[in-house]
Amino acid sequence: MDYFIELLFSGLTKGSIYGLIALGYTMVYGIIGLINFAHGEIYMIGAFTSFIVATVLSIYGFPLLAIIVIAGVAAAVWSSAYGYTVEKVAYRPLRHAPRLSPLISAIGMSIFLQNYVLLAQTSDFLPFPALIPEFDFMEPVAHIVGSSDLVILITTAVSMLALTFLIKFTKIGKAMRATAQDRTMAVLVGINVDRVISATFIIGSALAAIGGMLIASHIGQINFYIGFLAGIKAFTAAVLGGIGSIPGAVLGSMVLGLTEAFATGYVSSDYEDVFAFSLLVLILIFKPSGLLGKAETKKV
Amino acid sequence: MFPLKELKRSLLISLWFAFLTFPIMVIKVDPIDRIVIWRWDNMAFVAIGSFVLSILIKVWILRKERRNLRKSTNRDITEPFVQRILREPRFLYPLCLGVLTFALLFPSLFSTYQTNIMITALMYVVLGLGLNIVVGVAGLLDLGYVAFYAVGAYSYALLNMHFGLGFWTVLPIGGLLAALFGILLGFPVLRLRGDYLAIVTLGFGEIIRLVLENWSAFSNGPSGISNIPRPSFFGMEMTFEGQIHYIYYLVVALVIFTIFVVNRLQNSRLGRAWLALREDEIACQAMGIDKTKTKLIAFSLGAFWAGLVGVFFATKTTFVSPASFSFLESAIILSIVVLGGMGSIVGVIFGALILILMPEYLRSLSEYRMLAFGGILVAMMIFKPQGIISNVRRSYKIKNKSTISE
Repeated sequence: MDYFIELLFSGLTKGSIYGLIALGYTMVYGIIGLINFAHGEIYMIGAFTSFIVATVLSIYGFPLLAIIVIAGVAAAVWSSAYGYTVEKVAYRPLRHAPRLSPLISAIGMSIFLQNYVLLAQTSDFLPFPALIPEFDFMEPVAHIVGSSDLVILITTAVSMLALTFLIKFTKIGKAMRATAQDRTMAVLVGINVDRVISATFIIGSALAAIGGMLIASHIGQINFYIGFLAGIKAFTAAVLGGIGSIPGAVLGSMVLGLTEAFATGYVSSDYEDVFAFSLLVLILIFKPSGLLGKAETKKV
Repeated sequence: MFPLKELKRSLLISLWFAFLTFPIMVIKVDPIDRIVIWRWDNMAFVAIGSFVLSILIKVWILRKERRNLRKSTNRDITEPFVQRILREPRFLYPLCLGVLTFALLFPSLFSTYQTNIMITALMYVVLGLGLNIVVGVAGLLDLGYVAFYAVGAYSYALLNMHFGLGFWTVLPIGGLLAALFGILLGFPVLRLRGDYLAIVTLGFGEIIRLVLENWSAFSNGPSGISNIPRPSFFGMEMTFEGQIHYIYYLVVALVIFTIFVVNRLQNSRLGRAWLALREDEIACQAMGIDKTKTKLIAFSLGAFWAGLVGVFFATKTTFVSPASFSFLESAIILSIVVLGGMGSIVGVIFGALILILMPEYLRSLSEYRMLAFGGILVAMMIFKPQGIISNVRRSYKIKNKSTISE
C-alpha cells in the first residue's frame, strides 16, 4: 500500500510539472492555433536561469529564502522575456503564412535555443542546488512523500488558481478569452490582439519557468536537453486533455503523470517514455479532440 | 539614407538582446568548485551582433519594399535564373553531363576521405528527396522520418546477423519494410490535421528509437550491432579503398535513380494529386481524389527511400546503433528540404550538399552546426519560404492573346 501511495504522489508531482508546462502550450494553441514547439526550451531556460542565479547567490552567501525568491523571480522574468522574444521574432512575421510555416519556424527555434544553451553553457549534467529543505513535520511520512513533492503540489495549485483568477476576472484575461474565440471579432471590438498574444506567451513562459525550477530542484540536475522531452510530454498532456482547454491541460497532465508513475512502478522503468508517446499516438488516433476539448468542425 | 529613428530602434533591440542573453551568455558557474566566471565580452558580442543584424534586416526590408513598388508598376514577372537554365534543353543536357562526369571522376580526383564524405552527402541527397515527396510535394510534415531510416539500417544489420543475407538481397527488403512501416503508421494517423500529424510522427520516431535502445534481446540495445559486411561485387575481393569507391558508385546510381523517379512522379497524375492535396484538401476530394490513398502513397514512398538509404548507411559505417537515429537527424533532413526549397528537386540536392558538406569542410564551425540549422529553419520561413531554389509549377502560357479574343 505504501508503494501505491508513493507512486501516486510521484505521479501527481510529475503531473503538476507537466501541467505547468502544458498550460503554456494550451494557451498559445487556444489563441493562435500554433503548437509552440519552443515552449519546452523556454522551460529549460527557466531551469537554467534559476540554476545560475541560485548558484551565484549561494556562492556569495545569501540566505536560503532569499535565494529561492530571487532565483524564482529571475527564472520567471527571463523565461518570459525569451517567450516574448521568440513570439516576436519567429511567429509574428508568419501569422498569415500557411499553417506549416510557423510550425517549422518553431521547430527551428527549439533547435536553436537548445544549442544556444549548449554552446553558452555546457553539455554536461549540472548539479542543481537543493532549494527545498526537508521539513520536520514531514518526518513521519518522509519515506513515502518527500517535502519537495509537497512544495511542488502546493506551488502548482497556487499558480493554477492564480491563472484561473487572471483569466476569469481581469481585463487581460477577458481579452484573451475573446481572442481565443474569434480573433477578427476581437480586433473589431477594440482589443489589441498583438498585446494579448504577447501576454499569453509571457504568462505561459513564466509558468513553465516555475515548473523548470521546481523540477530541477526536485531531480537535482539539469542539462540543455531536458526541455525537449518535457516539452513533448507536456504537449501530450495538453492534447490528452483537449488542446486549447485550460482545465483540460491540468487534467491531462495528471492522467499522464499517474500513467507514467504506475506504468514504470508496476511494469518496467525502461519504457517510461514509450508509454507517454504511445498514449499520445493512441489519443490522437481515437479522440483527437481530447478529454475536455471540443471537436473542430471545418466549414468550407 | 538610413533614418535616425531606425538607428535608435536598432540600439534598443541590441540592448534588449544584451539583457535577454545576460544570465546564459555572461555568467558561467562551476557548482563543484564554487567559482563564478563573468564573461562580459560575450555581452558585447551579442549587443554588437544584434545591432548590426537588425540594421541589415531593416535595410533588406526597405529594399524589398522599393522593389515591390517598382514591380507593381511594371508587371513582368521574371523567372528565376536557375529555372530558366533547367527549362532550356540546350543548357540542361550539357550541365547534367558535366555534373555526371564530375561525379564519376570524383573518387579518382580526390582522396578516400573526401569520397567518404561525399557518400554521406549523397545519402542525404536521397533522404532529402525522399522526405521532399512527403513534406514538399504532399505537404505532410513528417518529423519522424528518421524512424524509417532506422528500419532500413536495422533490417540489414539484423537480417545479416541472423540469416546471413547479403546487401543486394536486403536492399529491396529494407526499402519495402520501411514502406510497410510507413503504411502501418500512416493508416491511422493520416486522418489527422497537419500539426497533429507532425507530433505523432515525432512520437513514432522516438518510440522506434527507444524500443531499439531498450529491447536488447532484439537489437542489442544501445551498444548497437557491429561488423556489418560491406556490399559484394560478384564475390570479388576488394581493398578498403576499392570498397569505398564501390559504395560511392552505388550511391551515385541510387541518386540518379531517385532523381529519375521523383522527377517522373512530379508531373504524373499522382504528383499533381499530391500538389492539389497540399493546397486544398476539400477541393481535392470534391475533384474525386482519394485523400487517404494518395497521402498513404506519398508517406510510404518517402519511407521506402529512407529504408534504402538506411541499408546503405548500415553497409557504409558497418555499425548501427540507436544513437544515429535521434530526432536531430530528422531535423537535419527537414532543414535540407526547407533550405533547398520545398518541392524542388534541384533545390533539395543543393540544400543537402550545402548543409552536409559545409560543416565537414569548416571543422571549426561544426560546433555551431545545429545552431545554424535551427537559425536557418526560422530565417528561411520568415525571409524566403520558397527556399533557395524555388519550384516553379509547370504551367502553360498562351503566347498570342489576340487570337483568343477574336
